[in-house]
Amino acid sequence: MAELRTETMTVNMGPQHPSTHGVLRLVLELDGETIRSCMPTIGYLHTGIEKTAEQKKWQQVVPLVERMDYLAAQSNSLAYVLSVEKLLGLEMPQRVKDIRVLLAELQRIASHLVWIGTHAMEIGAVSMLFYAIRERELLLNINELVAGFRFFPSYFRVGGLREDLPRGFHEAVNAFLERFPAKIDEFEGLLTKNDMFNRRTRGVGVITLDEAFAWGLVGPIARGSGADYDVRKYFPYTGYETYEFTVPRATEGDVYARYRVRVEEMRQSVKIAKQAIARIPPSGAWACNDPRVVPPPKDKVYTEMEALIQHFLIYSQGFTVPAGDAYVPVEGPRGEHGCYVVSDGTNRPWRVKMRAPSLMAIQALPKLIQNGMIADVIAVIGSTDVVMGDCDR
Amino acid sequence: MDATSIIDTLTSSVPGATYEVGRSVDFATIYVPANVLVPTCQALRDTPSLRFNVLIEVTAADYLPREPRFEVVYHLLSVPNRLRLRLKVRVASNEIDGIVPTVQSVWPAAGWPEREVWDMFGIVFAGHGDLRRLLMPEDWEGHPARKDYPVQIRKAAQTYEPLEVTEDEFRANIARDRLKRAH
Repeated sequence: MAELRTETMTVNMGPQHPSTHGVLRLVLELDGETIRSCMPTIGYLHTGIEKTAEQKKWQQVVPLVERMDYLAAQSNSLAYVLSVEKLLGLEMPQRVKDIRVLLAELQRIASHLVWIGTHAMEIGAVSMLFYAIRERELLLNINELVAGFRFFPSYFRVGGLREDLPRGFHEAVNAFLERFPAKIDEFEGLLTKNDMFNRRTRGVGVITLDEAFAWGLVGPIARGSGADYDVRKYFPYTGYETYEFTVPRATEGDVYARYRVRVEEMRQSVKIAKQAIARIPPSGAWACNDPRVVPPPKDKVYTEMEALIQHFLIYSQGFTVPAGDAYVPVEGPRGEHGCYVVSDGTNRPWRVKMRAPSLMAIQALPKLIQNGMIADVIAVIGSTDVVMGDCDR
Repeated sequence: MDATSIIDTLTSSVPGATYEVGRSVDFATIYVPANVLVPTCQALRDTPSLRFNVLIEVTAADYLPREPRFEVVYHLLSVPNRLRLRLKVRVASNEIDGIVPTVQSVWPAAGWPEREVWDMFGIVFAGHGDLRRLLMPEDWEGHPARKDYPVQIRKAAQTYEPLEVTEDEFRANIARDRLKRAH
């Protein structure tokens, strides 16, 4: 019998593949159905936000950075705002800190809802998407109530918040927090013991803890491999040290472990949000009282000359930030978000650089799917929860 | 742990290196000369009292017109010791070509961030081996994050022709990638 000649086949996946969470292109080298190598190509969503930010005044950068990771907008802006406040040496009032914690946790839930919906849909559980998006709608409604904007609220500002909370905020948040835990049970009822889901996710895309750290993966991926590293616990910011919550973790390091970690994170986020909403008084300070950064109240602007001048200066020239650099990390839904800002002492940032967890996750993707099956690529991409807007910036 | 005590720990394991404490408002910052970067990073990762096991990111900043013009910035995290550290490497404008070594041998995560720094700033990392454009298109000219790069430019829309590699060249590319991934 003549010798069988076998060779590998190269397949292009993307950039417009439905499961690539944006625009990601993979060149896969296949041996039958087994993946021998994978080469990701990114950059399709690169919009030069970091370069644009250098032309804007400090406060004007907030809406820009929110558009990087478009599923976790307030996580980006929190990282940016905290870094600039670090350079300015500002300390926020307790109410501002609690509101920031609350909105950051709601943002985490919203992001995880998109993740659970799309991840489950991509591996066959199509109806999951509708359940998840229905709950996310309520969170977008809360965003709209707070800021008039559903996706990119730009509600966190350097020096505090944009304005005070609207009427009906507590009721809307409490109604969501009352309703949501039962919904998580519903999601779990659909997926956790689902035989199909288990077979598609268990033992797939395994990474050990040491490898995860070596590849720069922190956040839910590392926690699915047994890490207990969570920025909120290790380097608390904006008052997380005063909240009671646990850091969920799993040890298997596969797609299913990351699923369990994120579902449990949603429960913990509800727990934090409940503590936060109980602490937030209906009215009170919504910004710090540093006149360099925060404009004076309107009644003073209309009656006092100095206040009018200050108001005019802040809105025309902006404020200056002392020269130096700062990096404050926050725990985003995808891992460590952090913003490295450099100031040269003027009213515009010298450099803004967002640490993108999705970039590290895509870099490690060949590691995660090597020698796996081609159908598992979809499950693994879903489990890393990448957002290409975050990756390409 | 402040910058001075980290430097004290480092100088015992990296002989002949001179470090400098950087000014910072958040956590320790150390200026490292480019020629001892790799042994320094190895010591930072392996010394039990430091154990910086995660490379958070690699980035750079362009301080035109100052000289040395660039600073390459490394953010490190030690999960076991709950420490953060920022390393900075000064790069003069006549030194961008292969003075800074890659730290991929210490943290494999450095691969793409270093590619991004090359893409955006044009700083070549010696020994990297895969310095291709990461975010910008492959045929882009210049390094957009530099301060002397114009912000608003009009470029004619590019026309793309069919892929112009032969099948043999394509296979050779794939084989090269696989070799690189093998280790």
